[in-house]
Formats: sequence, C-alpha cells, structure tokens
Amino acid sequence: MTRFTFLIAGLFACSAVQAAPEDLLQSYAVQAKQENSQFQAFSAARGEQLYHAKRAHSSGKSLSCASCHTGNPKSAGRHEKTGKEILPLAPVTNRDRLADGAKVEKWFKRNGQDVLERACSAQEKGDFVSYLLSIK
Amino acid sequence: MKSSLLVFTLLLGGAAWADGNTNLAPAVSNTKWKTECSDCHMAYPPALLPERSWRKMMAGLGSHFGQDASLDAATAKEITSFLAGNSAERAGGKRAKKVLGSLGPNEAPQRISETAWFVREHDEVAPQVWKRAKIGSPANCNACHQGAGQGNYSENQIRIPR
Repeated sequence: MTRFTFLIAGLFACSAVQAAPEDLLQSYAVQAKQENSQFQAFSAARGEQLYHAKRAHSSGKSLSCASCHTGNPKSAGRHEKTGKEILPLAPVTNRDRLADGAKVEKWFKRNGQDVLERACSAQEKGDFVSYLLSIK
Repeated sequence: MKSSLLVFTLLLGGAAWADGNTNLAPAVSNTKWKTECSDCHMAYPPALLPERSWRKMMAGLGSHFGQDASLDAATAKEITSFLAGNSAERAGGKRAKKVLGSLGPNEAPQRISETAWFVREHDEVAPQVWKRAKIGSPANCNACHQGAGQGNYSENQIRIPR
C-alpha cells in the first residue's frame, strides 16, 4: 500500500516537473471531467476560437491571447507593456513550449487573470493546448 | 601649488568618475531572479532600490504594474531574499548610496525611474527621446545602455537609438 502510494506520488511529481504535452492533456482531461461531468473531449477548433477571442477588459482595453502572441502562434510576440520579445507559442516553431508542465500552469494562471480576469477552466486549457499541438 | 591642486582635483574627479562606472551586476547572481524577472523585462539591478521597495514589490506580484506576475511561494521567497541581500543598503558602491540618499526614509518607490537619483542622472534626455520606437520607456535600460544586461551602465556604453 505504502509502496503503491509512493509510486503514484513519484509519477505525479515527475509529470508535474517535466510533462510531455500528452501528459498535460491527460491531466487536464481528468480535471475537466471533475469540473463538468458532461465533458467529452478537447477541441483544437475551440482552442483556436479562445486564442483569438477579443474581450473587453475592465481597464477599457480590448484584449485576447493574440494581443501579445500575435494572430499566428508560430510567430514571436511582444509583451504588451514592456515590448520584450515573446518566443512563439506553437511547439512546431519553439520546441521548449509545453515541455514543462509547471511553466505552462504558471502562464495559464497569469495570462488568465491578465486577459479573462479569471482562472482558465481545465477544458479551456486542454482546448488551448490541443490547438497549439495541431499547428503544423 | 596651483598646478598640484589642479592635478589633485583631476585625480579626484577621475576617481569619482571611475567609481560611478562600477558594475551594477550583483556580486553573486541568482538563477531564479534572472530567469523569472526577465521573462517579461530585464532583471533590474537590485542595488538600485532599497530593501523596503523590493519587499513591497514581491508582496504584490498578483498585480505587478497591472499584470499578474505571481510566483510559487518557494520561488518568491528565494527571489525576495536575493533582492533584499543585494539591495541599495547592502550592495555598497557610490550609485547605491546616491539612490538611498535621494529617498526619504519611508519612501518605497516601485520604479527605479521614480527615484530622484534616476531623474537627475537622466535630466538631459528629452521627453520625446523616451518615446522613440526603439526605446519606448525608461524601463527599457538596454535600449541605450548597451551593457545593461551585464550590469555595465558606464557612459562609454551609451548609444541612444534614433
């Protein structure tokens, strides 16, 4: 029993530190099912919509993910305030993207607040990741 | 007598100039400070703000100049103690002293560019120069200070883009 617990904890720790995108999707799927029992599957098309969807922010600005990451996730973006370059989001042009689960979570949390002024749901995260992975 | 005084004054001036050019990079760097801060902007020299400023900033990362820059607790703690340990009070050097001297005892500026020291140092830069496309704002040190990334802010490293 104890050994089993350790095994599970060890697997979880590994996936949290260095999760392949597929592991990430799997854990989002588990969470999405918990958040909504009707959840079926992630959709790259919904992720693409979310990426481009403009939203009226309480600051008065109209913002979307694309505001900083540009209309094409294969392109480098620019930080809205500081002007610093942001490397492309699509793993096809930036191999480091989606490779580190903790980093992905950090930025979903931050940018969810920055753009949507709320946390992203597990379904939104999974759709978004699916969209990025679908880009060839 | 007069000429020796002149030489002395020149030497003193030279020494002050040289000290003004000491490197602003922290004596020992910190990987988390460097990588986390420079995700969105350059990692600013800890020596250019007092400890109270850094502590206030690190306690408010949930809304960092209007954006969410929150970190996990362990990372935030490590960076806070690094900033405190290399702040203007601890760093030593002429510029750190000048920064402190330009602030009231309870003043905790959140922008280096708001310190009286910074304003004085940059008083010859016209407002429209800051707005040039290649500069953008005073937050973008490396637009003009070519060696800023390595902590080198010396006069001979300045090139103001057109």
